[in-house]
Amino acid sequence: MTVHITPRRTYYLVFAVLMILTATTTGVAFIDMGPFNVVVALFIASIKAVLVVLFFMHVLHVTNLTKVFVAAGIVWLAILIALTLNDYLTRGWDPISRPF
Amino acid sequence: MSPIVTELPKIHYLNAAYGLKSWLLTTDHKRIAILYLITVTLYFFLGGFFALLVRLELMTPASDLLRPETYNRMFTMHGIVMIFFFLIPAIPAIIGNFVIPMMLGARDLAFPRLNLLSWYLFMAGGLFTLYVVVIGGVDTGWTFYVPYSSVYSNSYVVATGLGVFITGFSSILTGLNFVVTTHTMRAPGLTWGRLPLFMWSLYATSLVQILGTPVLAIAVALVGIERIWRVGIFDPSLGGDPILYQHLFWFYSHPAVYIMVLPAFGVVSELVQTFSRKRIFGYKFVAGASIGIAVYGFLVWGHHMFTTRQSVYAGLIFSFLSYFIAVPSGIKVFNWTATLYKGSVSYQTPMLYTFGFIGLFTIGGLTGLFLAAMGLDLHVHDTYFVVAHFHYIMVGGTVMAYLGAIHYYWPKMTGRLYPDAWGRFAALLVFVGFNLTFFPQFLAGYLGMPRRYAAYPEEFHLLNVMSTAGASVLAVGYLVPLIYLLWSLRHAPLAGPNPWGARGLEWQTPSPPPTFNFEKTPIVTDETYEYSLEEEEVV
Repeated sequence: MTVHITPRRTYYLVFAVLMILTATTTGVAFIDMGPFNVVVALFIASIKAVLVVLFFMHVLHVTNLTKVFVAAGIVWLAILIALTLNDYLTRGWDPISRPF
Repeated sequence: MSPIVTELPKIHYLNAAYGLKSWLLTTDHKRIAILYLITVTLYFFLGGFFALLVRLELMTPASDLLRPETYNRMFTMHGIVMIFFFLIPAIPAIIGNFVIPMMLGARDLAFPRLNLLSWYLFMAGGLFTLYVVVIGGVDTGWTFYVPYSSVYSNSYVVATGLGVFITGFSSILTGLNFVVTTHTMRAPGLTWGRLPLFMWSLYATSLVQILGTPVLAIAVALVGIERIWRVGIFDPSLGGDPILYQHLFWFYSHPAVYIMVLPAFGVVSELVQTFSRKRIFGYKFVAGASIGIAVYGFLVWGHHMFTTRQSVYAGLIFSFLSYFIAVPSGIKVFNWTATLYKGSVSYQTPMLYTFGFIGLFTIGGLTGLFLAAMGLDLHVHDTYFVVAHFHYIMVGGTVMAYLGAIHYYWPKMTGRLYPDAWGRFAALLVFVGFNLTFFPQFLAGYLGMPRRYAAYPEEFHLLNVMSTAGASVLAVGYLVPLIYLLWSLRHAPLAGPNPWGARGLEWQTPSPPPTFNFEKTPIVTDETYEYSLEEEEVV
């Protein structure tokens, strides 16, 4: 297996983008977007996470098997969120007033 | 029958180096397995001591031996020690560490130093827990439910949580090591379709450890953050939601049941074949069922929360999904039984534990279906019915398989046999003691006796006396193997490389094996478990 060597310039570039995105998160925190406050913050955070995983954790240039394991981590997070939301989003539907 | 052996190999992993340093800095997977064996056994007896106090308290209806708050600490410490420091590491870290590289035809695990780090992390987490035991314990139950754990408990929640947090990393690193080893270090010819079923089970277990344990670490860390800095995460008075904690906790802790029982499945698959001289019925289904359980086990956690304010609709889905987890477990039980059919079954000690496992796990699994039904669960939730159910899985299942595995691999670990008559006697004691302890708890629970109380109504007295009597028999059943296995280290006959006539690369090495297992890397040409071929050759 060949080892991919990422040029140092790429790391600096990604680092700069991460800093810009951090500044953006801070900036938009001063703007009230109502229900989109969290959505925007999470969207920016997700982009940053993807950059870190792809470049600093070298997932961009690893074997497909490693990519499968990275994807599994994301799928498992999706399971956690989806089945938890399955509770939260349906609580209002509950027709029965329960004593507990 | 293997030939009579008169001397141990001259150089093996036990005498390759001497001194404490050679053990504490070893990277040999077999030595690390022995380190785990010693420490995990100590934790087992510590957890057993807490159980003993709980059972003694429950021998009479009144809370007379322990104060109620002390009783709370005893059952909590019993749960935490047994789950995090015995059941989770027992089979993977001891048996898995010892045999995985040999099963794969490898010299060691993929990351030997990471393996040693796992043990040190386990020890660090364990020392935090021992520290908690010494300074007064924790009383939240092993589940650390909020808001009690994050707001009201005046016991040592943060220190205990830190212990569990650190130990979790040990579990993750062990799982990671096993996955990488399985992918990269198989001997030539050892294809995935030829992997021993123990390997499939531990691979599946490792996936759960890697994917689930971080969520437990996060949940416990959040409890600590809320408790120390009063950040509103789970506490409703601070804007949090206590049910969110239960979601995070059970996302790990339900699959953690499979971390504990999947390795046991692997052990039973090995033992059933060796002691019935027959290849497993439906290899691919048994292997696939392990992976199926590992993945599917993450979809059912909400069945622990039917009586909370979890939405009825979420409960319905979790209930529906929970029924299906019985399918892969059922496949395994049916296939083990089918393997026995027309096999040449012998009733040596490991096989008695295997029989015990199959029967007791089946009872545990079937009573799990009761609890997956929302309506019935409302009746028996938090009663002794649940306690009995999960002890049938954890003790009747995992501990039985663990003892079976220890007896099976003991000759490989030490180079010596043990007195089989004593082994069978102890297995019988464990089986009788176990059922006497836990079957009455099904009845008490179904009649409405709640768990986690030091006192109970008079009507449950007889059932609790039976349970405590059974626990005493069980304790003797666990002490007897400790005595004769230690005795065997010096006095028992030598075992030779393959005392059971078993198939598998681990039985092709000397007993005890040399440090790097094989003189030269084996090449696998047969399908796995070709017992029938072997018998034909003998004929």
